[in-house]
Amino acid sequence: MSRYILHQDIDRCIGCYSCEIHCKANKNLPEGPRLCRIYPKGPQWVGAVPRMAFAFMACFHCEHPWCVPVCPTQAMQKRAADGVVFVDADKCIGCKLCIHACPWGVPQWNPVTRKAVKCDLCMDRIDRGLQPACVAKCITGCIHFEPEERATEGIRLRYRQMTSV
Amino acid sequence: MNSGVFWPTTCPLKMGSASRLSEQYFLQAPRISRRHGFVRELRSSDRGSDRGFGRLPGISVPWGLYEDGFMKRSVYSMCGMCTVRCPIRVEVEDGIATWIEGNPHILGGALCGKGSAGLSFHYQEERPRSPMIRQGSRGGGQWKWVTWVTALDYVADRLKSVMDTHGPESLLMSCRGGPFLDLPETLLKALGSPNFTNHDASCGRNVHHASLSVYGLGRKDFIYDLKKCRHLVLYGRNMLESLKVKEARELMEALSSGMKLTYIDVRQTVTGSKAGRFWMIRPGTDYALNLGLIHTVIRERLFDEAFVNRWTDGFDGLVRHVEPYTPEWAEARTGIPAGEIVALARELSEDRPKVVFHPGWMLARYLDSFYASRSVHILNVLLGSVEVEGGQIIAKGPKDYGKSGLKTLADGVPKPAAKRADGVGWKHTHFDAGVGLFHLFYHAMLHGDPYPLRAYICHRHDPLTAFPDREAQRAALDKLDLIVALDAKFGETTWYADVILPLAGYLEKDSPIAVQKGKIPRFIMRRQAIDPVYDTKPEWWIYRELARRLGVGRCFPYETVEHLWRFQLEGTGYTPADFEEKGFVDLAKQAILLGRDTGLKFKTPSGKIELVSPALEKAGFASFEKYRDKEPVPEGRFRLAFGRHAIHTQGHTQNNPLLHEVFPENVLWINATVAGKMGIREGEVVEISARGVKAHVRAHLTEFIHPEAVFTVHGFGRTVPVLKHAFNVGFADQRMAKGGLDLFDPVGGGIAYMEAPVAVRKVREAEGKAA
Repeated sequence: MSRYILHQDIDRCIGCYSCEIHCKANKNLPEGPRLCRIYPKGPQWVGAVPRMAFAFMACFHCEHPWCVPVCPTQAMQKRAADGVVFVDADKCIGCKLCIHACPWGVPQWNPVTRKAVKCDLCMDRIDRGLQPACVAKCITGCIHFEPEERATEGIRLRYRQMTSV
Repeated sequence: MNSGVFWPTTCPLKMGSASRLSEQYFLQAPRISRRHGFVRELRSSDRGSDRGFGRLPGISVPWGLYEDGFMKRSVYSMCGMCTVRCPIRVEVEDGIATWIEGNPHILGGALCGKGSAGLSFHYQEERPRSPMIRQGSRGGGQWKWVTWVTALDYVADRLKSVMDTHGPESLLMSCRGGPFLDLPETLLKALGSPNFTNHDASCGRNVHHASLSVYGLGRKDFIYDLKKCRHLVLYGRNMLESLKVKEARELMEALSSGMKLTYIDVRQTVTGSKAGRFWMIRPGTDYALNLGLIHTVIRERLFDEAFVNRWTDGFDGLVRHVEPYTPEWAEARTGIPAGEIVALARELSEDRPKVVFHPGWMLARYLDSFYASRSVHILNVLLGSVEVEGGQIIAKGPKDYGKSGLKTLADGVPKPAAKRADGVGWKHTHFDAGVGLFHLFYHAMLHGDPYPLRAYICHRHDPLTAFPDREAQRAALDKLDLIVALDAKFGETTWYADVILPLAGYLEKDSPIAVQKGKIPRFIMRRQAIDPVYDTKPEWWIYRELARRLGVGRCFPYETVEHLWRFQLEGTGYTPADFEEKGFVDLAKQAILLGRDTGLKFKTPSGKIELVSPALEKAGFASFEKYRDKEPVPEGRFRLAFGRHAIHTQGHTQNNPLLHEVFPENVLWINATVAGKMGIREGEVVEISARGVKAHVRAHLTEFIHPEAVFTVHGFGRTVPVLKHAFNVGFADQRMAKGGLDLFDPVGGGIAYMEAPVAVRKVREAEGKAA
């Protein structure tokens, strides 16, 4: 896995789809590819209130990504330093093998460049010390991006806030 | 360049503009959104090349050198995708906007999807790209591109001729509201017409008038202190989908910290799904519910006696009024069990005064929406939620902190002598005469009563999308000699105009400085981040030019926007440079609350909170209106509720490529059990109709909507053919309110969109496909 954890606090998510748009606007993507997705579930009765939940899905940046070995041009790569899985657009020939290979449906087709495109955790931004677009602009701050060794701390602190009243 | 052409055609080159951005962008711009991402080509082709402005041709400079230079800039500004106008920070590289985020000093970077999609809006070609003058019939879509000089001369000549013949009061101007209205208002005032109005009769007017009747303070004179609130009650105020970024953040933060939320609506929403208590109320019975709540609060003496005794007038009248409205009585109307109503009242009293009953925002719904909203205000008063932490707080302006406010251009212009053509202020004395009621002007257009209206300036407003009955509106508009639309988008009304003066998008223009009242008042500025992509202009320039041509240029005494800002800031001690650091200036460091013993100031005649309102009663209306049962909704008929999705703003965003992709089409929510009986299946096309108007729409079956209601997202069913994404997609809910211009709350003035039911029926397979 990558050295980062992208964690969604489902209780805090309001299903506004902003993350999808932040991502697409930042990557300047045309209609078609959606690198991160919000999938709504519900409403369904939970006690006396119909509840909704929103699943946030980007890329898992797998330890052994299916998409990397199938790429015939080494366009799809895993960055050694931090494990970010990304496509080098200059090398991509648009063969779509990565799209076939990924069990999570992560690599997307860009109909304009006719190449694969995927979540790279906005590595140009994280290399500048910034957060990925979906995290930086999330309305409620429900998506958290943290180095793996620090991720659990945030989860515990948020739990404390919830229970300390 | 002035040859007559049909839309769509190639974009004209930028004309008459001294823009820094070179012409080559305009040659490329129209194709960008189609062939590539919306700005990709501009960005990549300019990076490290020698084509950008300010560099010598032939000298190639690596991109990185510009990171801190003027080639990459950061601009604090204000979003314009919806009327919330969130503060933003924009990054601009080589003259192209590449990143928008919420102003970190206020929003911590947070922004909604519409805000980010502002990039694609600006670089999209399906917006007015140059002044246009209509050639064929109104709405026929045949336009001539003209230069700004031609367009402004044309408008000024036509306005002069109308005013010479019919007097200046024959001129009407409407807008959507907001903080930048000094310019249009000043022009109209200077010309001598009192007929300035806005969209609010189709939105928050009932709430505003109800608020005035209780406190003498308007809808926007209160803020809700969610951060410290213990229990928030929302009546269909869908805070998490009808989004204000700051408010949504505060709501989620408050919920995480244990604030209770009660959500009452005819359907379940995202907001309701976060609530601890959800009541699916029978449509149109909010007033009955509130009477039951007030009855309980008084019967069980749950109210804040000290506050009520000190600050209210007419409590005894209220006690007598609610006596018959028991929780059991309310249950019979609302469908909400009496025991639960009592439980809520008790629970709230434990948390008072840190409770907020939200009085509503878009409450142009029923004939009794005014009294429904008034009863919400009364509940807040009874529980003492006025000027208190965790409750309602009176919004403070500069003067409340001993500071000077912004100077306005309109202050220097005498008030026109003529009476308003909507009758507000003289015929209808109980309405706020500041902006009057838009829909009442149609009567004047049609009948020349009290006098004829002959020209209409539609400033960033779209009544054909906002108001009911397109046919009736068009019939009235057709009586006009001139319709001028100022807009950055193609609204339905813009397309129906005679002249379109294209406004620059919000990233492309400076706006006058705005005041934001609040716990701490603030001056905030919209700064231009990029040069106009097309031949569009900012308001300050357009109104100055029009004024000069109409002989009232003296009322716009500035050459540049910088002059205008300095004029506005005179006497405040601030200069435009003070906005560089954060995009705004706060007028105080520490928020102050007025003392609840002696310090509260209500602008009612009595200076108190008027439970009995002499002003209302003088106008012939009751302070406490009896509850009237609504006509039962027959089988196959429904009350059409309408609302928002987080990804769209009214009629502004349906054609945005990024937003369209997430939410392309509105559907009709219908109760699954009812639909089952009607033989309607999920996703099936049904016919919705009302008084001769019909539309087709896909049904969405859900058990989480009241059987008497159907629901859809507003803003769809557009008829402007150049809107590639939005044209003819979904259906326009406001069209179902046929005859709705005459169906409005007589006390609050708001349109009663949901009062008259609509019919829904299954269509035969073939018919459905044809649709």
